[in-house]
Amino acid sequence: MIYLDHNATTRPHPEVIKEMARATEIFGNPSSPHGAGRRARQVVEQARAQVAGLLGVASEEIVFCSGGTEGDQLAIVGGARAERQKSGRHGIVSSPLEHPAVKGSLELLEREGFAVRRVGVAGDGTIDPEELSRALDGSTALVTLAAANHELGNRYSIAEFAARAHAVGALFHSDLVQAAGKVPLDLSEVDLATLSAHKIYGPKGMGALFVRRGIEIAPLTPAGHQERGRRPGTENVMGIVGLGAACALLQREGPAWAKSISLLRDRLEQSILAISGARRFGGSDRVPGTCNVGFRGITGEVIMQNLDLSDVAVSTGAACTSGSLEPSPVIRALGFPREEAAEAVRFSLGWANTEAEIDVVVAALGEIVRRLRQLDLGKVRYQ
Amino acid sequence: MKLPIFMDNHSTTPLDPRVLEKMMPYLTTEFGNAASRNHAFGWHAEEASERARGQVGQLIGASGKEIVWTSGATESINLALKGAAEFYVDKGRHIVTVQTEHKAVLDTCKRLEKEGYEVTYLPVDKEGRISAAQVAAAMKPGTLLVSVMLANNEVGVVHPVEEIGQVVKEKGAIFHVDAVQGVGKVPFSVDDAKADLVSLSGHKIYGPKGVGALYVRRKPRVRISPIIDGGGHERGMRSGTLNVPGIVGFGEAAELARLEFKEESARLLRLRSRLHERISSRLPETYINGSLEHRLPGNLNISFAYVEGEGLLMALKDVAVSSGSACTSASLEPSYVLRALGIGEELAHTSIRFGIGRFNTEEEVDYVADLVVGKVQRLRELSPLWEMAQEGIDLKSINWAQAH
Repeated sequence: MIYLDHNATTRPHPEVIKEMARATEIFGNPSSPHGAGRRARQVVEQARAQVAGLLGVASEEIVFCSGGTEGDQLAIVGGARAERQKSGRHGIVSSPLEHPAVKGSLELLEREGFAVRRVGVAGDGTIDPEELSRALDGSTALVTLAAANHELGNRYSIAEFAARAHAVGALFHSDLVQAAGKVPLDLSEVDLATLSAHKIYGPKGMGALFVRRGIEIAPLTPAGHQERGRRPGTENVMGIVGLGAACALLQREGPAWAKSISLLRDRLEQSILAISGARRFGGSDRVPGTCNVGFRGITGEVIMQNLDLSDVAVSTGAACTSGSLEPSPVIRALGFPREEAAEAVRFSLGWANTEAEIDVVVAALGEIVRRLRQLDLGKVRYQ
Repeated sequence: MKLPIFMDNHSTTPLDPRVLEKMMPYLTTEFGNAASRNHAFGWHAEEASERARGQVGQLIGASGKEIVWTSGATESINLALKGAAEFYVDKGRHIVTVQTEHKAVLDTCKRLEKEGYEVTYLPVDKEGRISAAQVAAAMKPGTLLVSVMLANNEVGVVHPVEEIGQVVKEKGAIFHVDAVQGVGKVPFSVDDAKADLVSLSGHKIYGPKGVGALYVRRKPRVRISPIIDGGGHERGMRSGTLNVPGIVGFGEAAELARLEFKEESARLLRLRSRLHERISSRLPETYINGSLEHRLPGNLNISFAYVEGEGLLMALKDVAVSSGSACTSASLEPSYVLRALGIGEELAHTSIRFGIGRFNTEEEVDYVADLVVGKVQRLRELSPLWEMAQEGIDLKSINWAQAH
């Protein structure tokens, strides 16, 4: 099986597993004052430093939580509520390309009376900072824009976005889930940011939130003294250790992996684009591993199923929406009609993928497209 | 016997090696995202999650379809209380709970009070229990929710949730049970308790930390508003990529708890009685806090009069026990649970919670008992209060120079 769906989830790295296995011995509750508790507290704090190290921020600015979705919500909903309480601002600015986790938070805020604006995006998914500035005004409480898009792989200049948000006195949050460890990140202007462990070779059920010193967020759930009152619940010690190990690993290996994964992705993409009727979705400035393409007249769903039969795992969009038969809302937001949006297939690569695997995928893909075209199958049909 | 001895199994429990073994494949080869509907990695992850749902459901006599995965009991409790309060606000704005509930429940209730709900905190009797009649008396037409724990995390006292559930349902409110400490240790089924919502935790039953569950009754259907939204996982009740290894571990832990429940409870009760006997037969003026009859088998909460609990904890190095809940251990306040039982501040400060668990042995119990007896005797010898009490001086009659 060739796994090219790393934007959905990644296989935990052996080094991460090793650290987590060791952590199974450290079973105390970090809130307990006895030795077993203190040992757990110690590894939790060590991991916090590792996460902070990857992001280039201070340990006390890291809040552990159960994953990217919760992290996004803590930041966006918690940040917006705190800001409204403080300044009365009720405007939120985002983009139509955001992950369902961000969208869910925005919908929740809309129900609470916040007004959400979505900046216009170009056909390749780029966001013009001028467009952002036009959407901002004195009522904007918070701006949330991802550092990299989960479907297109586009990367964004969050430092520039943050500066624009700050120009009107708004908070800036960025979902780093697809960007962390893959590209250098400049958080110097960012107020809030979200990280997920399982997208960076760490465990599922684990995430972290960066909260700049001095920034307040209203906790979603009261109760508990953990994480300085910002996120209650007994710490997931083993998961935290895994996230810390993944961050340390990426800090060390990330730049080298980024280079090798980029080369593989380019090799894959060039071969795909040589297939007749193939085209790429998204911009040219991207995170290393992502490649989103479509084959004219063939649905992504059919390509994906055929690749699955050839033991290749890819996806047509976010795993979080993969139950739905609707074409990707991200591709739709780029201005493509439903039929064309439904053609999108996402390939996402990881450190363990090899050139040989890419060549197998390319050969299989060429064969699949040829056969489908010959049989005139896989046409997009919508009423 | 290996030191240190962990006898604080209410704060958390060690991961059962059998649980870890079941988790490992899902940390390594079976790493798929359970929401990936498009390839085998995803299907395997989803199958594993569904199997675990069945296992956790079975532990409480529910269907797997009624289990919603969360990141832990604190989240489950928040989701249950806040979710039900929001969804059923048309029924009214009154909530009934108990003074000795876990902080996760009490703090959520306090937050709801700020949002305009009215909460009744029922007092407990000297044994630490509440009765169904008390609940019935506290309920009124606007009562939308009653939340009662199955067993208390500090004194181990088990509430009559079946009788309580009966009156809650007669009066038409939603019944939430925080079963974190009780499940797998005392009999509990959602149907017997007539529970609508039940909060569970993985790491209190020898499963992993960072995973919990909320039981949400399907017949008749109970609804809750989500706290974490976006992606629509868990039928819209809780979004976020599933923690598959954690879930698999929780499932296995639940199955072990169900299969070994009888034997294990009997063994824990034997060890607890042994510890109790060995301490109280050799030390005068020790008091068990909370009902002995209606109590978790592994729990012993004792006050050692004239001995500062924190001092005793320090003296008991090599033995991990606690003076209260881990979740409030940062505070130096005496336990609010003990205070609710009517135990005076002095005595409350002298209490120790022993939580005997699956991996404790008779040898460990004997060691701990001997150590406790020795240390308490020594600390009492050093205590002028103890000396005065032995001489028959009534300490309450003394006019201390410096009041505080």
